[in-house]
Amino acid sequence: MQHPAFEEVSFHHHTDDETFKKKVRKTTILLSVITLIELAIGLSIYTIHKGENPSHLLVLMFKGMVCILTLAKAYYIVSVFMHLGDEIRNMIMTIVVPLLLFTWFIIAFIADGNSYKNLRNTYDPHFKETTMPKEHHTTETPVEKKSGKE
Amino acid sequence: MMWYFLMSDAFTFGAFLISYGTIRFSQNFWPDPNVVFNAFPGLGHRNLPLAFVSVMTFILIISSVTMVLAVHAGHNGDKKGVMKWLAWTIVGGLAFLGCQAWEWYHLITGEHAVLVDGKIELWGQTMRHNPWGAIAEGISHNGEHVRTPGPVAFGGYFFGITGFHGFHVFSGVVINIIMLIMTQKNVFQNRGHYLMIEKAGLYWHFVDLVWVFVFLCFYLI
Repeated sequence: MQHPAFEEVSFHHHTDDETFKKKVRKTTILLSVITLIELAIGLSIYTIHKGENPSHLLVLMFKGMVCILTLAKAYYIVSVFMHLGDEIRNMIMTIVVPLLLFTWFIIAFIADGNSYKNLRNTYDPHFKETTMPKEHHTTETPVEKKSGKE
Repeated sequence: MMWYFLMSDAFTFGAFLISYGTIRFSQNFWPDPNVVFNAFPGLGHRNLPLAFVSVMTFILIISSVTMVLAVHAGHNGDKKGVMKWLAWTIVGGLAFLGCQAWEWYHLITGEHAVLVDGKIELWGQTMRHNPWGAIAEGISHNGEHVRTPGPVAFGGYFFGITGFHGFHVFSGVVINIIMLIMTQKNVFQNRGHYLMIEKAGLYWHFVDLVWVFVFLCFYLI
């Protein structure tokens, strides 16, 4: 067990320097890989939207995967970088439990927004006609930007 | 305790992002982030969706890694190590702020053709208006698409949330600079521990974490 450099510190690392550095490097690579996967998915979503007949279900699945990957990243940052994984279980729970409730909050409100949209589309045809984007037959190519100054 | 302050801050950011999500999913039309955010500094008009924001994400992740190394050096009482890794973390934070500033500048000063009351105007993206509406069929401006004004909420949410996050990055950089100066002056060496660095580290990781979610909400979904 490695002794801390100062007597007052009661927290003892249970691993040595080398193992810790390895863990940090492993986690960094993991975070980078997850980010790259998310970017690849993001670009896939972009390509799907540009093509003919974009499959909405596929896009939705991709978005779901990206959300799960982001949660994975959050787990690694909090557990390894912020050392929450090394804390006492009760302490961990004081953080995790509110965050789980918070996740419920997120799902509930997005579902609420979505439901509002669906109900409004059903009962307000004017809203639906004026705001629903038309399905393109031509691909929507992004605009060549003319910036004010470069 | 820093963790509990971070929880309260997490709920604040969360509330902003959730309200963004609710409004965004209540609309039939929302600007495609790959169309809005496709510029890269120095590369002119090339269409590069997600490129610049990826750079920003990596900068922040790497600055988090350097922060972990700074905290670790603190556990070993390694003053020089702490200073080195803190310095790199500060560089990363400043780089991120520079990138965000460029992004804002580019969006605000950009000129995009918008059809307003039958006339074409050139709009950038501001809090009150943005040029990211549906494409107006049948007309073009210098060979580019002309759009209708986009949803008013877009600008407010984007600048508001990224601005609030950027403010946290800035305050994190300031805190890290103060930590660096205190380390240099042997405050922690005399105190007998570097636990303050660990708390600053928690705050910095939190800032990185929030960015991961902002990146998700605005650029990916």
